[in-house]
Amino acid sequence: MTAVLIAVAALLALAAVFGAVLGFASEKFKVEGDPIVEQIDSLLPQTQCGQCGHPGCRPYAEAIAEGEEHNRCPPGGQDTVVALSELLGREELTLDNEGAEDANVAKVAYIREDECIGCTKCIQACPVDAIVGAAKLMHTVIVDECTGCDLCVEPCPVDCIDMLEVKQTLQTWGWQRPAGIGERPDSRIEVVNL
Amino acid sequence: MSQAQTNKTRKTRSVFARLASGIRRPASIHDFHGGIHPPEMKHLSNGTPIVPGPLPQQLVLPLNMHIGAPAKPLVAPGDKVLKGQMIAEPIGAVSAAIHAPTSGTVSAIGPRPIQHPSGMDAVCIVIDTDGEDQWVEHQGIADYTEKSPAELVDLIRHAGIAGMGGAGFPTSIKVNLGDHQRVEQLLINAVECEPYITADDRLMRERAEQIVTGIHILQYLLNPRRTLIGIEDNKPEAISAIKRACKGCDIEVRVVPTKYPSGGEKQLIQLLTGKEVASGQLPAQVGVVCQNVGTAYAIKRAVCDGEPLVSRVTTLTGDGVSQPGNYEVLLGTPVRDLLAHGNLAGLDIGRLVMGGPMMGFTLHNPGVPVVKTTNCIIAASPEELPEPPPEQPCIRCGSCAEVCPANLLPQQLYWHAKNDDLEKAQHHNLMDCIECGACAYVCPSHIPLVQYYRYAKGEVRQQAADQVKADKARQRFEARQARIEQEQAEKEARRQARLEANRKKKEAGPAAASTVDVAALKQASLDASKAYKAAVKAAKAAEAEGADNLAELKAEVDRLKAVADKAKAAVRDAKDGAPVAAAPAEDAVAKLKKQVGDASSAYKAAVKAAKAAEAEGADNVAELKAQADTLKANADALKAELREAKTNAPAAAAPVAQADPVAELKKQVGDASSAYKAAVKAARQADEDGADNAADLRAEADRLKAVADQLKADLRDAKANAPASPAPTSPSTATAEEQPDPVAALKKQVGDASLAYKAAVKAAKQADEDGADNAADLHSEVARLKAIADQLKAELRDAKAAAPPTPKAAPAATATTDSPAVSEEQAPQSLSEVDPEQAAKRQKRLKGLKTAYNMAHKQYKEAHAAYERAERNETANADELQAMQVKIDKLKAKADNARDALDALVEEAKADIRAHTGKDLKTLKLEAARAESALADKQQELEQQRSSASEDTLEALSSELQALESETQIARKALKQAVEEQGLAE
Repeated sequence: MTAVLIAVAALLALAAVFGAVLGFASEKFKVEGDPIVEQIDSLLPQTQCGQCGHPGCRPYAEAIAEGEEHNRCPPGGQDTVVALSELLGREELTLDNEGAEDANVAKVAYIREDECIGCTKCIQACPVDAIVGAAKLMHTVIVDECTGCDLCVEPCPVDCIDMLEVKQTLQTWGWQRPAGIGERPDSRIEVVNL
Repeated sequence: MSQAQTNKTRKTRSVFARLASGIRRPASIHDFHGGIHPPEMKHLSNGTPIVPGPLPQQLVLPLNMHIGAPAKPLVAPGDKVLKGQMIAEPIGAVSAAIHAPTSGTVSAIGPRPIQHPSGMDAVCIVIDTDGEDQWVEHQGIADYTEKSPAELVDLIRHAGIAGMGGAGFPTSIKVNLGDHQRVEQLLINAVECEPYITADDRLMRERAEQIVTGIHILQYLLNPRRTLIGIEDNKPEAISAIKRACKGCDIEVRVVPTKYPSGGEKQLIQLLTGKEVASGQLPAQVGVVCQNVGTAYAIKRAVCDGEPLVSRVTTLTGDGVSQPGNYEVLLGTPVRDLLAHGNLAGLDIGRLVMGGPMMGFTLHNPGVPVVKTTNCIIAASPEELPEPPPEQPCIRCGSCAEVCPANLLPQQLYWHAKNDDLEKAQHHNLMDCIECGACAYVCPSHIPLVQYYRYAKGEVRQQAADQVKADKARQRFEARQARIEQEQAEKEARRQARLEANRKKKEAGPAAASTVDVAALKQASLDASKAYKAAVKAAKAAEAEGADNLAELKAEVDRLKAVADKAKAAVRDAKDGAPVAAAPAEDAVAKLKKQVGDASSAYKAAVKAAKAAEAEGADNVAELKAQADTLKANADALKAELREAKTNAPAAAAPVAQADPVAELKKQVGDASSAYKAAVKAARQADEDGADNAADLRAEADRLKAVADQLKADLRDAKANAPASPAPTSPSTATAEEQPDPVAALKKQVGDASLAYKAAVKAAKQADEDGADNAADLHSEVARLKAIADQLKAELRDAKAAAPPTPKAAPAATATTDSPAVSEEQAPQSLSEVDPEQAAKRQKRLKGLKTAYNMAHKQYKEAHAAYERAERNETANADELQAMQVKIDKLKAKADNARDALDALVEEAKADIRAHTGKDLKTLKLEAARAESALADKQQELEQQRSSASEDTLEALSSELQALESETQIARKALKQAVEEQGLAE
């Protein structure tokens, strides 16, 4: 009987000690913020376009963390959906971009500067401060900072903003993936057959 | 037997020989993993000496012949240039200059096809040659050791030298290592392992001395412990030539076995030094610098002869040309011209390859120029380099892994690249692939492995670039959010500060404080008198009923009266005390007026009392009358005083009020006429009473009338003098806050005038009835007043038409400042149960949904417009139209969905408001509207009553108004808060 009591006492003592250690650790090494939100946010394309129904990428990341579907990011494309599925261990969904097949094409806003009246409405609409200009003065887009989110097009009173496809340059050019089994590869690639 | 013995001996000897040769072989030759032995095909072009290339009509010089930033052009179209003249300067650290390869005229600077597998154009300088090939003035350095290494590095940079082996990395970077980096070995890469190419081979055979001089310069710059030249053993002539040239100096020639790709930088380092350059490391980090022999030759030419890099040795080979060989080609020579020079056999060229067959790329345009990195042009017949066979499935034979010189797992990389599994590919060190093509060469399934790796590498780089851009976008987005929040917080803080300041001003300012006091006192006195009146009523009722507690009630009544009197006295004191400090002159008048009013009312009361007493036949009638007389005298005295004060006061106030003489005059007229009226009334009263001073009073009234008339005449004059409307004079002098609203002022005047008119009419009627003798006077007065009132009305109409209707903001604003405490206390209470976090979240969602809906709607509209356009122009056929229609329907559905979601959310928010406030949004709105209209009504009433009603009524009204105002505030605030909380503001 005493042996049982001793055993129980010993276990209780151990439990108390480990509990204390764990409690201390959870206080001492507390993680600030929600790391999963950060991770989701880092996978999103940061166009801040609002096509997911949230005012920016981070709000959507927060919503995903709280259980919203993770397939509502057309600029991120299916790749983002897959990456999110892997991160969250959720089912791989198909991208929800009805009607917008060309969403994956990188675009950039361009202001036809002759027609700009300097109303600053697009500046206020730009989520990443990529438009410079002042009232009554011509505005222009900083192409490198533009995420192509399209939000500046709607407010323009004179419709002088176009969304142009980003042209390929020597720096952004990349080799195409070979056509696959049964196909002759692009003859531009060397295939040694000496 | 002997034969056998000899055989055996030979065998032994050969074994020994082999062993011996193994011993003799320098111990420092190591091996690297993998590698292949493709047919060398070098005999095609290595039999003939280097000959000068063609001098074409036009040279095309891309600004980016090297790795790094494009050079910046120094010339413009139309400029004459001489051979060796710098036409583009290096920009940034990693860049190289460009020189005119021959004399001529710059004809264009613009996009031309360049040496790139993409087949895209890039900016090039185009020179039309003049055929004279005239050198710019140049001078070599006789003894380069006199120059400092830094000077030589600069010279190399401005001579435009970039790695000639194929990569084109600017040499000035590679030879300019920091002081902390000690170079153990300088390796000269003369391996030239790729099939077909013989440019370095011929260069070494023919110009070994110059190469060695170049190596000496490199030694001087880098100060290596050892210098090694690595040459493949399939170039015996080159080896002997170099060995001859190196005799007597500290350059070691290392012969390496023929194996592809031993010319790869990392492979050569491993071969010659046994060191492995780790993944992601540079050779310099293990103390090794590698330079191509061609580069050493170019350095010699630049330093010792002063000739910048304007030409290079390029192998022209393949079945397609009848005179294969090595040509010293001017940079920028189009491949087309070079092929013509090499006597293009006229056969159809199957493929035109720039670079070697393993690592080069197919040219689709023969106009592409030869550049600093072009070591070989292969014009191959279709038999020589046939179209690649179709890709077959991987059979997992593992040959690729056996031959990979970088020790990678090509098969794994293939699977991952094929499936776009870039992360796993990177785990398998995709980025360490040197794209040598050995794996593809041995692949029995003809899988274009290198293209898969190149594709995957491109994707990885693209993703990295995207990530950088995304991070930047995130930073900017967050910075913007923070800025907007801060702006809002600042605005709120300013608003609060303003409110606080206003409140303080109200409390602190002495005048303001006393007004507050006065208001409070007034309220108190009002209450007291109300209570007193109620008590009196009660007492009367009790008396009527003959109740027995009459005495008690009366006592109570008395007590209350005392209290009320006290309060009134306090109010009077406060009123007297407060304004004195602020505006003594005017206030003295006001005070006097009040005293006069009090005195006359006391007199009237006394008269009434006397009359009552007379009617009752009381015995103290005489006493009362005497009292009334004293009071009257008192009142008269005061009136006189008042008159005096008034005549003085305007004089004193004149300088201040000069700005508006018309207004001042009007005021005087008003005063005078009211005095006159009072006098008339008094006279009538006196008549009725049969008092003996009636005549006196009438005379007084006449005098006053005269005064009033005179003032009126003055006023008319002043008006005529002053510009059409009184308004323009005042705004110019008075400050914005002090300036009374002209329309409001006019309105008030109109009101006063019509009241005066009505009063006059009444008085006239009365007089008629009484048969008084001043009836005629009164009638004329009435007519005059009517005229004035009409005139004022007309004026008011004009002013209204001229001035935009002033918004009712003013009362609202005062209301806000009046009752902030109330509303702040009340409002949160009503919404305290709303979960702010949830509300904020919903607000965000609402915003997002709105954006989504807008986007969807826009897309739908655009699609619809496109559809209509197509239909109108009949550009699209039925199928396309059908497709468009489907797309439009989809978009519409999306927009509708967004709309529905938005509506649902709005409904939800409304429901929440209902749940938390017990009322729904509509009720709240209704309440707010009702309160507001009640407030407006009250205000109007007060305005109307102001001039006619007694002080008590006014006070009652104003307190009611205040209560209504605060109620409205609460309702308004509750509504606003509810709306904002739920994000329904829009």
